[in-house]
Parts: sequence; structure tokens; C-alpha cells
Amino acid sequence: MKTRVASGAAALAVLIALPAVLSSYQLSLLTKMLIFGIFAMSLDLLLGYAGLPSLGHAAYFGVAAYTVGLLALRVANNFWIDFPAGLLVAGAVSALFGLFALRTRGSYFLMITLALGQVLWGIAFGWRSLTGGDDGLPRVPRPDLSLPWKLTGGVPFYYFVLVFFTLAVGALALIVASPFGRALVGIRESERRMEVLGYDVWRYKYVAFILAGVFAGLAGNLFVYFNGFVSPSYLNILFSASALLMVILGGSGTLLGPAIGAAVIVGLENFISGYMERWVLVLGVIYVLVTLFAPNGLVGLVRQRLGHSPP
Amino acid sequence: MTALEIDKLTHTFGGLTALSDVSLAVAPGERLAIIGPNGAGKTTLFNIVTGIFRPSAGRIRLFGQDVTRLPVHRRAQLGLARTFQISTLFPKLTVLDSVLLAVQGLDPARFTLHRRRASYGHLLKRAESLLADWDLADRAHQVTRQLSYGEQRQVELLLALAGAPRVLLLDEPTAGLSPAETASVAEMIRRFSRDTTILLIEHDMDVALDLVDRVTVLFQGRVLAEGSKDAIRSDPKVAAIYFGADDA
Repeated sequence: MKTRVASGAAALAVLIALPAVLSSYQLSLLTKMLIFGIFAMSLDLLLGYAGLPSLGHAAYFGVAAYTVGLLALRVANNFWIDFPAGLLVAGAVSALFGLFALRTRGSYFLMITLALGQVLWGIAFGWRSLTGGDDGLPRVPRPDLSLPWKLTGGVPFYYFVLVFFTLAVGALALIVASPFGRALVGIRESERRMEVLGYDVWRYKYVAFILAGVFAGLAGNLFVYFNGFVSPSYLNILFSASALLMVILGGSGTLLGPAIGAAVIVGLENFISGYMERWVLVLGVIYVLVTLFAPNGLVGLVRQRLGHSPP
Repeated sequence: MTALEIDKLTHTFGGLTALSDVSLAVAPGERLAIIGPNGAGKTTLFNIVTGIFRPSAGRIRLFGQDVTRLPVHRRAQLGLARTFQISTLFPKLTVLDSVLLAVQGLDPARFTLHRRRASYGHLLKRAESLLADWDLADRAHQVTRQLSYGEQRQVELLLALAGAPRVLLLDEPTAGLSPAETASVAEMIRRFSRDTTILLIEHDMDVALDLVDRVTVLFQGRVLAEGSKDAIRSDPKVAAIYFGADDA
């Protein structure tokens, strides 16, 4: 525990210091890694802890990004309204979808989360007057927090994201170590046993589903400010699937593994797209390699080398 | 008052009648064995009592309270616990973590999100004292799936015991165990608090009769006989179906 806090503090110190040595392009890549890290960790709460394989997690990321984008463009660019609204809508949509998805298990859960996600994608794609259809929402402004530093600058925006990243890691670390989080792991291992021990399994899964949706929404909020643009591709199955890959690559059921997985995927995508267009092909190859050689993800691989047993 | 009362229970799976008009009552602290050949409906009965299946007809009362329509977890909160014939454990968790989950299940903190479980000293203390009491302390930090089958059966019992249940259903606790392991599991059951009412499904007649006060025999979904151990031993109908008598 002590060593964990110490290594966490050291990692945070590095993240705080990094803008001093990175180019503005590299810093923007790092910002994107942190945002996608939050997204991957939110999915891990479902997949890694509760054992719920969602293939529609982009829905909550995308719906929050659209909410913030639309409010900032059409209503008012007010952080204190737009940002909470993004989280609220992501939470409301996951609360609604959860009612349907949690009636199923295993591969059926996978299919229904996929279908529900595609419904939102269809709306974003088809309702051109509201969402801009395929063209998405361009020129979403960054918020003005009345701070001495304008968030339009790369460095202040990086720190803005880092604050939320740190808060998200802290909150998720507490959740997975809490009685609730331990119960989720029990549900992943044996639902039947947990029921017989007195746990209202459905309620645990439902709350986890909503929490995961809200944290995904947080990532979507930050992303639309970062990117200044959101399109239906942030709601569709490909984006959901790459989030799953981030979690599995990093190590599902570990807290920071998925964030590392997200960083690797974002980095690789950026690097490889410079040389070829078949990025999705590379994603597929990575998936096969991870499944074959590191079924417990990168974190699992490192732990195994260090002689720890898997979690 | 009865601890558990089962009143005219009937259950059908499609066209197959698994239980038909089964009634039985168990007094607080009593130990009852439910015996009968494969397919007699014993495990189905347990699944209905714990709420995993809804009965087609009939009532279940726990200490006078009608629980027929309550979900599984609510019955557990009322003090009903069980083990499964096929071990239902947490394969990737350590024994201590598993017992902690069992202890936490009936604790008001079970739904807390904003505090580390490690900060609840009383949960850890209770889990550790259970492990010490039942001679599993040296296995506390082992991952469950790495335990021997016999030890897994002991953990299965321990999880059911952890909440100090008022009524405990044991579904073939010694199935698949060696004679030595069977003896140690039987010893464990004998040591259970006499406050706990126990219903025991057991194939091994000697083990079963040694542990209980009274016996109910199920055959083809019906109660064939019930009574004291001696009465059941000498009942010709029971002998015919259960002991495979020559005139069956």
C-alpha cells in the first residue's frame, strides 16, 4: 500500500514535469493519452471488476462529448453548466441503457450493449440539423475558467486534463478498494454465490454500469474540448472495440493497466497512421498477439516477470 | 415456531414434475437429513427454498415469515445460507478475500463506495477468527483454485457459516471426498452451533444419519417417509427404493 502511494506520487510528479521537456505536438499526444486513459479505466470498472463485457462503451463518451459540444456551440460556452451537463447526460443514458443491458449476461450482454450504442450512433449520424450528421460538430470552443491561464494554450489545457485524470484515478482506486468494489469482483467470480451471501447483485451491477458511464462521459467531455470537434465515429462500435482493446492490452482488472493500454494504443495509432492507412489491421494484429502472449495484459506480463501471481 | 416450513410445494419444469405436494417443517436448532435417489428432487427443493427457482405452487416460511416471493439475497439477509453440490467459490480470490466477502454480505457496509474495505477492522477480525476457528488460517492467502478439492469443500462450508445463519442448507457436502476428507467435513458439521437449523442432503447414509436428528425421504418428487433415524432405517419402503432391497 505504502509503495503504491509512493509510486503513484512519483508517476504524478513525472506527469507534472513532462511539459517542460516535450514539444507542443508531443504534449498534445500525451493529453490525448490521459483522456483515453480515463475512458479505458471507466470500461475496466465494468469488464475487469464487474465482469461485464460492454461493446457499446463509446455511447457514454460520445453522448457527453455531443452534449458539451452542442451546449458550448448553441447555448453558452459556460464550463460550469456544460461540463456537469455532459456528465449528467452520460449518467442518464447509462442508467437507461443499463435497465436493458443488465437483463442479459455474457455474449448477449455484449450484443445488446453494441446494439444500444449503435442506436446513438444512428441518431448522431441521421439527425443532421442537430448533430451535423457525418460532418460532426466542428469548432467547439474550449471553456474559459477565468483563470490567469487560457485553456486554449497546450500547457494549461494539459494541466486541466491532468487534474481530472488524477481525480478519476483517485476516485476509481477508492471505488475498487471499497466494499462495493470488492463485491463487484465477487460478482465477476460467482454471481450465484454472491446472491446467496446476501448481495443484491443486480443493484451492484447497475450502479457500476452508471459509474462507468459517468467516467466515460468525463473522458468525452475532456475530449471534445481537446479536439474541438466530435463526429459520429466517437459513438460507434469501432471506438468501443478499441476501448476494449486498451483495457485488455493493459490488463483488465488492474486499475492503471488500461490507462497504460490507452497510452500504447494512442501512441501506436499516431505513429503508424504516419506510414499507412490500414491502422485497424494493426489493431487486429495487436489483439491477436496480446491474447496469445499476454492474456493478462502488459501489467500481468510485468507482474509475471517479477514473480507475482496474477490478481 | 418452526424455523423453516415448506407447505405443499409443487414444481414443474416444462412437463416434468420435479416436486409434488412436498410439505415439511423443521424446528429451530433441529438437524434434518433429506435423502432419496438421484432425481428425487432434493436439490430442486433447496433451489426453491433459497429462491433460485420460483415454485409452481406452495409456500415457504422462514421463522413464520412468508418468503415464497422474496429474491435470493433478501432470504440470505433473513439468515438463510446454503452450500452447493458443485463448489461455487471465487476461483481467483484468496481464501481470506472470499471469507471477507461472505462476512461483508450481511454487514451494513456492504454497499459503501467511498471507503476502503481495509479500513473496516471488524470485517477483517471476523474473517480471520473464522479462518482460525475452522483451521484454515494457514490457507488464508492462497488462491482458492489452488486448494485441494477437500479444502475447497471446507471453504464452501465456511462461506455459508460466515454470516452465522439461522437456517443452513447443505447440499451433499461430502460428495466426491475421500473417506478421510469426509470425516473431517463431517466433524466440521458436527461442530456447527446448535442454534443453527440444518437441512442436509447427503448420499452417504452413514454420514447423513450420524449428523442429524430426523430424516425425510424424497422419492420421485414426493415425501415417501419421514421420521426418526431408526424408523427410517427399518422402513421397508425406504429400504426398497434406497437400499436396493431384493424385493424392490
